[in-house]
Amino acid sequence: MTLLTVNDLWVRFPTRQGVFDAVRGISFELGQERLGIVGESGSGKSMTGRSILQLIRKPGVVQAAEISFQGRNLMELSERDMRSVRGNEISMVMQDPKFSLNPVMTIGAQLMEAYLQHNRDSRQNARNKCIEMLEAVSLRDPERVMDAYPHEMSGGMGQRIMIAMMLIPDPKILIADEPTSALDVSVQRQVLSIMDRLVRDRGMGLIFISHDLNLVAEFCDRVLIMYAGRIVESCPASKLREAKHPYTRGLLNALPRLDNPRTHLEVLQRQDDWTHAALEETQ
Amino acid sequence: MSEQTLKQWLLSDAPTSRMQARVAGLYQGWLRLTSNWMTLTGLIILTALVLVAVCAPLLAPHDPFEQDLLNRLKPIGYDDHYLGTDSLGRDILSRLIYGSRITLYIVALVTLIAPVVGLLVGTVAGYLGGWTDQILMRTTDVFLAFPRLVLALAFVAALGPGIENAVLAISLTAWPPYARMARAETLTIRSSDFIAAIRLQGAGPLRIITRHIWPLCISSLIVRVTLDMAGIILAAAGLGFLGLGAQPPSPEWGAMISEGRRFILDHWWVATIPGLAIFTVSLAFNLLGDGLRDVLDPKDGGHG
Amino acid sequence: MTAINVQNLDVWFGSVSAVRSVSFSVAQGQSVGLVGESGSGKSTILRAMTGLAPDWSGTIQILGQNLTGSTRTRGFFKKVQMVFQDPYASLHPRHSVDQVLAEALHLQGMDAINKRTEKLLNDVGLDPRFRFRYPHQLSGGQRQRVAIARALAGEPEVLLLDEPTSALDVSVQAEILNLLTDLRAARGLTYIMVSHDLPVVAHMCDTLAVMQNGSIVEMMTAQALRAHKAVEPYTRELLAAST
Ligand SMILES: Nc1ncnc2c1ncn2[C@@H]1O[C@H](COP(=O)(O)OP(=O)(O)OP(=O)(O)O)[C@@H](O)[C@H]1O
Ligand SMILES: Nc1ncnc2c1ncn2[C@@H]1O[C@H](COP(=O)(O)OP(=O)(O)OP(=O)(O)O)[C@@H](O)[C@H]1O
Ligand SMILES: [Mg+2]
Ligand SMILES: [Mg+2]
Repeated sequence: MTLLTVNDLWVRFPTRQGVFDAVRGISFELGQERLGIVGESGSGKSMTGRSILQLIRKPGVVQAAEISFQGRNLMELSERDMRSVRGNEISMVMQDPKFSLNPVMTIGAQLMEAYLQHNRDSRQNARNKCIEMLEAVSLRDPERVMDAYPHEMSGGMGQRIMIAMMLIPDPKILIADEPTSALDVSVQRQVLSIMDRLVRDRGMGLIFISHDLNLVAEFCDRVLIMYAGRIVESCPASKLREAKHPYTRGLLNALPRLDNPRTHLEVLQRQDDWTHAALEETQ
Repeated sequence: MSEQTLKQWLLSDAPTSRMQARVAGLYQGWLRLTSNWMTLTGLIILTALVLVAVCAPLLAPHDPFEQDLLNRLKPIGYDDHYLGTDSLGRDILSRLIYGSRITLYIVALVTLIAPVVGLLVGTVAGYLGGWTDQILMRTTDVFLAFPRLVLALAFVAALGPGIENAVLAISLTAWPPYARMARAETLTIRSSDFIAAIRLQGAGPLRIITRHIWPLCISSLIVRVTLDMAGIILAAAGLGFLGLGAQPPSPEWGAMISEGRRFILDHWWVATIPGLAIFTVSLAFNLLGDGLRDVLDPKDGGHG
Repeated sequence: MTAINVQNLDVWFGSVSAVRSVSFSVAQGQSVGLVGESGSGKSTILRAMTGLAPDWSGTIQILGQNLTGSTRTRGFFKKVQMVFQDPYASLHPRHSVDQVLAEALHLQGMDAINKRTEKLLNDVGLDPRFRFRYPHQLSGGQRQRVAIARALAGEPEVLLLDEPTSALDVSVQAEILNLLTDLRAARGLTYIMVSHDLPVVAHMCDTLAVMQNGSIVEMMTAQALRAHKAVEPYTRELLAAST
């Protein structure tokens, strides 16, 4: 079942010099699956995620033939309807976890506020639920975390708190922007398995933005590879290692490997025609 | 340079020199400021105020101090008194025009003292913490604990009546809220990584406070000040009313209102017209303050 | 010669003890990697060294200098620099890239600031177009490169790198890692590199220390790691997950 259809999406930043296109006419569909978006820094991954929720800051503009979610075109919703979509149906874990938290409120207070907004429950129950959630993302000592302020958390703890928070409303789609970039592999696995369960048991759709090719190859069902605002390749995740596009190959070769020590890593040689190349979607 | 290329040079998204970047930044800020018609209105009103103050002798149809007891309390449009005359037969329009000088003077003096003192005290206290914080904030509390007018009265009593001293007294009583605000902001900024990063470059507290913390506090401060400006003009008028501010026959707008109050029922314009003037100027400040907030903040709200 | 020597380091925040009796040393021109669980105190060790975590005990010696408390001299910062973990928090929101780099160069007493700014941007692979942009106009990886350029401004001898590439995609990561390798070869830099990515640490470092819950549970060379000679279950778990 298709949850989200994106058709010809553009994100533009009008500078007075001309228009900078961060995302150039991409189209994709999301079912009840784990869709990975990979690509180099600045290729427009975050902008794609944010534009679905209309979270592009001024002066940026989103244009799309359609972004339809359960038969509704998100492009046509009012700001008020959009807010309720954002709160209840599509959640997003931002790339900058600490900035998404209020610096002068304890983490517990923020989690409980989010929980109580979606559930009628007593404060004590809410607190227990939140602690449970923090445990689920394998935070040690959740009681301390509840009473701490965001700046007292390490990078990876911040990310896990954001993930816990986004799962509260029980969303139909979760957009996770580099949700595990600060986590070590073992915690990463636990967090991924939570998302995995949500996809399998509750039929959630997951858009997983990452630059970690190994992780995406392993965890996702399907991968979109972005370059300069376009999708240059789209393939099943298991086939990622056999990818054809020179850009994808370049990315794969740039990875340091435990079994193959080198003094210098291979660097991607960018070619101009990648930018112009037509979208070759193989869905 | 022709018109077109100068514009391109200013709006380039890839400036080639620091100078170009700075000029371009100013120009784009200017464009942003003037692209909002409300801000533009505020700016125009305030520019007009400055022009009127500067050219007062040229614009005023009469001498603002010239009394004409035969023609007292004449209505709007009487003879060549376009806005009527007051209880001593002085031309209200002329007084209003000359009064704009006093208003500007109050505004300038207050903005020079209160926010600057507040910013200084608040950021130093917030950044250094410890004893400095304790001493500075307890001092602030002492100032806050007194009712404003009482404190101002005490100052004026010590310094002697007069518009300068009244404004000085108001500024000295106005800074504590700014200090509180600046301190609260500093506390959240202080623990952030970018402050840690600049400390690791060897920057001292002075540089950190003035170059890194002030730019982040100043925009909310400016907005607060512009919003408070109306209250400050009125407070100056209040002191004038008590005989401690502007001394008669000075055409200060607040003093004109309190003078006109006695005739408000029969001769409404005497008090209303300076009131409208104060209202317009305060509104202009508020509109400008809103616009400035947008310009001073390079990222339109939100992080990320 | 040892460039960095840390003995019995304890760090705490209020009643929370974040690092417990950690000891390690790094020879000049070498690099040590800190890997380990999230929240295990890796960043805190670096912060204690640079004076950003005031409550610590034990000895920290850097380039022959014994450190105390949280005050560091300007001379210290000329030799020791740090790259922060979170590229979104480590750049001043109202300063353009140019301002950030020029200020760092100025504070480090460098001359020819204009030229050096251009060179720094080039070194970290940022287009000159980005020079006058503000952080909110940059993506995560672009910001991190600015932060790395800032740390390199004073031509330090010791670099403390807190997950310098975890916000970067692999191609930029490769460029940055190559840059760091070249710098080390050319100037004999000493690195401490925090990362949770074993292949990256193994690529960059000669020795690595595995941390868990505030202490170092295992130290080994990169070769030993490659040969899968890890003993601790936690290290084995990490290894198993990274290949
Ligand atoms: N306000 C803005 N004005 C101009 N350009 C912008 C603005 N915000 C972002 N960009 C540009 O848009 C492009 C895409 O940014 P985006 O954040 O989507 O990258 P990304 O793929 O998420 O990269 P990363 O992996 O580094 O986070 C970048 O080149 C960035 O410089
Ligand atoms: N300012 C602070 N106040 C209180 N506790 C803090 C503070 N900074 C860090 N901590 C605590 O110290 C511990 C270690 O944090 P640290 O940032 O060193 O972890 P880390 O190993 O770098 O983890 P990550 O890989 O997630 O970045 C954490 O439990 C954290 O909550
Ligand atoms: Mg991004
Ligand atoms: Mg850390």
